[in-house]
Amino acid sequence: MRPSWWKFAFTLAAGAGISLLTSGCGEEIRVFQPAGPVARSELELIWLQMGLTAVVIIPVILLLAWIVIRYRNKPGNRAPYQPEFAESRTLEIVWWAIPIVIVGILGTVTWHKTYALAQSPNPSKEPLKIEVMSLNWKWLFFYPDQKIATVNYAEIPTDRPVEFLLTANAPMNAFWVPNLGGMEYTMPGMVTSLWLQADKAGEYYGHGGNFTGPGFAQMQFRVVAKPQSDFDAWVRQVANSAPDMTKADYDKLTQPSVLGELSFSSYPEGIFEQTVMDEGGMYMDHDRAMLGNMMPHS
Amino acid sequence: MGDSLTNTAGHFFVTGDPMIIASDVAIVLVSLGIVFTLTYFKKWKWLWREWLTTVDHKKIAIMYLISAILMLFRGGVDALLMRTQLALPNMKLLSAEHYDQIFTTHGTIMILFMAMPFIFAMFNAVVPLQIGARDVAFPYLNAISFWLFFFGALLFNISFVIGGSPDAGWTSYPPLTELQFDPGVGENYYLLALSISGIGTIATGINFLATIIKMRAPGMTLMKMPLFTWAVLGTCIIILFVFPVLSVALALLLIDRLFGAHFFTMMYGGNPMQFVNLFWIWGHPEVYIAVLPAFGIYSEVVSTFSQKKIFGYKSMVASIMAISIIGNLTWVHHFFTMGAGPAVNTFFSITTMAVAIPTGVKVFNWLMTMYRGRITLSLPMMWVLAFIPNFALAGATGVWLAEAPTDYQYHNSYFTVAHFHQALIGGVVYGMLAGMYYWWPKMFGFKLKEKFGKWAFWFFNIGFYVCFIPQYVLGLMGMQRRMYTYTPDMHWTALNFVSTIGAYLMGIGFLCIAAQIIHSLVHMEKDLTGDPWGGRTLEWSLPSPPPHYNFAVIPQVSDRDEWWERKRRGEQDALKPRPEDIRNVHMPKNSGVPFLMGVCFFIAGFGFTFGWIAVGAAGLLGVLVCLAHRSLDQHPDHDIPADEIRRTEAALGRL
Ligand code: HEM
Ligand SMILES: [Cu+2]
Ligand SMILES: [Cu+2]
Repeated sequence: MRPSWWKFAFTLAAGAGISLLTSGCGEEIRVFQPAGPVARSELELIWLQMGLTAVVIIPVILLLAWIVIRYRNKPGNRAPYQPEFAESRTLEIVWWAIPIVIVGILGTVTWHKTYALAQSPNPSKEPLKIEVMSLNWKWLFFYPDQKIATVNYAEIPTDRPVEFLLTANAPMNAFWVPNLGGMEYTMPGMVTSLWLQADKAGEYYGHGGNFTGPGFAQMQFRVVAKPQSDFDAWVRQVANSAPDMTKADYDKLTQPSVLGELSFSSYPEGIFEQTVMDEGGMYMDHDRAMLGNMMPHS
Repeated sequence: MGDSLTNTAGHFFVTGDPMIIASDVAIVLVSLGIVFTLTYFKKWKWLWREWLTTVDHKKIAIMYLISAILMLFRGGVDALLMRTQLALPNMKLLSAEHYDQIFTTHGTIMILFMAMPFIFAMFNAVVPLQIGARDVAFPYLNAISFWLFFFGALLFNISFVIGGSPDAGWTSYPPLTELQFDPGVGENYYLLALSISGIGTIATGINFLATIIKMRAPGMTLMKMPLFTWAVLGTCIIILFVFPVLSVALALLLIDRLFGAHFFTMMYGGNPMQFVNLFWIWGHPEVYIAVLPAFGIYSEVVSTFSQKKIFGYKSMVASIMAISIIGNLTWVHHFFTMGAGPAVNTFFSITTMAVAIPTGVKVFNWLMTMYRGRITLSLPMMWVLAFIPNFALAGATGVWLAEAPTDYQYHNSYFTVAHFHQALIGGVVYGMLAGMYYWWPKMFGFKLKEKFGKWAFWFFNIGFYVCFIPQYVLGLMGMQRRMYTYTPDMHWTALNFVSTIGAYLMGIGFLCIAAQIIHSLVHMEKDLTGDPWGGRTLEWSLPSPPPHYNFAVIPQVSDRDEWWERKRRGEQDALKPRPEDIRNVHMPKNSGVPFLMGVCFFIAGFGFTFGWIAVGAAGLLGVLVCLAHRSLDQHPDHDIPADEIRRTEAALGRL
């Protein structure tokens, strides 16, 4: 068989084509469907990196095809043959320089965005705080200001920054809602923070992002974004109609199991902070400092 | 009593799962078959004398190669099982527990027991020949390295029939891997198998570093060294920097598990994040350990099959060295999402992207090597050509992953799975296959027939894109890695199905390689020239396979492509020995001790895995005895008389 390079290009294009076609033309490609400023900012960088790397890889692939066709070792090939041609300062400077420039640009943008995304996307607005705990194998959400709690789903107001404070009472996991933005690890005995915000009302898919054993595949949750007034109504409804979470309920939740969605109108006060401390936070200065202003008493 | 016995046996031998029982039966049958064949053909002595006790780098290379191909098969079967399970939503082929074990063993085997022995096969097959040496610096240690790898791999592989496989991922993060969440023996297998083979790897690093620094033929200055040897040098430097870190991390976790320490639990002041940190201080450079030798192979193959000098030799050397240094400064990109803060993330984003610079330079230099050359599309060259677009994509997606803000979206998703397979298959596996095809005649003395090889090439390549391009998209759709199943409403079905088809195409490709090797064995075409491809470096000046002392007379080197230049000047015969120059050759003696030492390590590893401290200690005692035996051995070497060498060379037609 005679290898020909267009076959590669073809396979590549076909693969990409099939992929896009079969995936419902983009609707389900969640990273490309940002519903808030964080995911949007990340997507901008994705477009930039795609563009800048394409500047290198497309010429490389074309050049490869051209060279292989032109310099094939076959009788009658009259293309020049220079077995000693092995040095060219100019050319080498060019291709040390091109990637340096690209990395320079991407590095600068990365630097700005990394700092920006560590902060509230909209500092002028009062954020909502949600404490998130990954358990084996479910997600527990506490609303410290609303005093309610949910399992495997969370509701948030639109157009308002949300600070998720993350911890685990189980092996390390990660909190990921691709439509709203990237993930952050949840770790036992530690608190990490992730800023997200939804502009568009809707229901967004979330899932654990770090493997935690047999129930991991079922660690799915929903994030529902709705206007502030609807959000408030939902809070009232949960507060009035859902059952309380007792310490015993909480202990039961921490046992390995796969559950559906639950709502609670209250939860044992300080349970999030207490769990962090019990799971090892008491040994960490950083945690004590971070929790210092959250703990009712320390 | 009877009851408790069956119970223990039930825990010891994994039972119940029909697939595992089938493997049990297959293993017993194959072992019986091997024993029977060896006995029937009276080959036990041959096996012991020629292989198990050898210290010859060329034979060690062959043993590494066979192991690597077997492990590629095992890892490949794992891959197909996983892909079958994921082909459709809610598949019931594998349970969650079983899937978890399989992705763990697949990843671990592919990296540590397939890629590593494959690169060591290439090191051993090529480096001494390429630098004009008679063996490596420490041949006995080299044999120990092999047997530690071998018994480490064996220990890891028996886990699925005895006691249960590890199931917490090849990254083995605590606290998931601490006793609290993972009480079985599987994780102990992982820790001990990797520790044992890791010692062997460190020894290999030392060995080849010393070999390359000290044993080059006279005249071969560093800047005249072939690029493969340069790549090995860079690789050894990285091995020495990072493998000890892995050993320490594994040992600490093992101490946690066996003796109840708290290095990596949050309790009593330990910290699991430290394991993640140590793991990746090794883990990221590990990918360069695997890919640098492949880069070296690409350089050799491109130059040979373009009949042209390598372009930008100095840049190539500089980029190898740059990669082996910058590569050690990027590991944090594997846990940007652990909350270390924007300063740390920015720093490691930039160092990671910086590695792409020397890598890109290498790609351009390979292209320019072909430019104005004469390109022959033999199998080794085809794999190189297929590598370039593949690695261009893997490099690009690597840069995307390197930027912390976007990594937050790609991390731990199928996007990442697609990226690292593109780098590991398109970069490492393609390189190793190119190297295997290229040096096969040198290693075995006969050529591989091209027919099935071309089939393999096309199946594997097309299969690759069909399998992994959809996975990039799946990642962007939100599909996490390490999920054993998904529901139909996620809209992931079509892409997963396509991906599975690709995996099967690659499986067919692998079978074609097996067919090719068998076909070539049956219709063997000996390589009588020693130089079937028009090679450029010293190994091609020797007969295939070379006599066990390699060079009857050590050559004097004056050019970078010494053999090519000699051929060009019509001086081939100058590299043949003259009878009066032949002296006695000092060579190491064969020894069974490295093999026995491997056995002792295996016993120790097995004992500790099950927490049988006495067995473990007995194994370690055996190791000490082996070490003492070597220290007390007054005559580890012998002389091959000049006459015998003259006779051998004459028989090879070289006098
Ligand atoms: C031959 C074709 C291959 C196929 C079809 C394949 C397929 C897969 C699949 C399905 C997974 C599990 C993904 C998940 O559930 O998260 C996986 C994981 C992995 N593969 Fe492969 N693989 C192949 C070859 C390789 C090779 C050659 C290497 C390395 C040299 C490799 C290294 C890994 C690693 C490190 C993991 C991660 C394991 C983990 O999550 O702990 N694979 N592969
Ligand atoms: Cu942490
Ligand atoms: Cu890395």
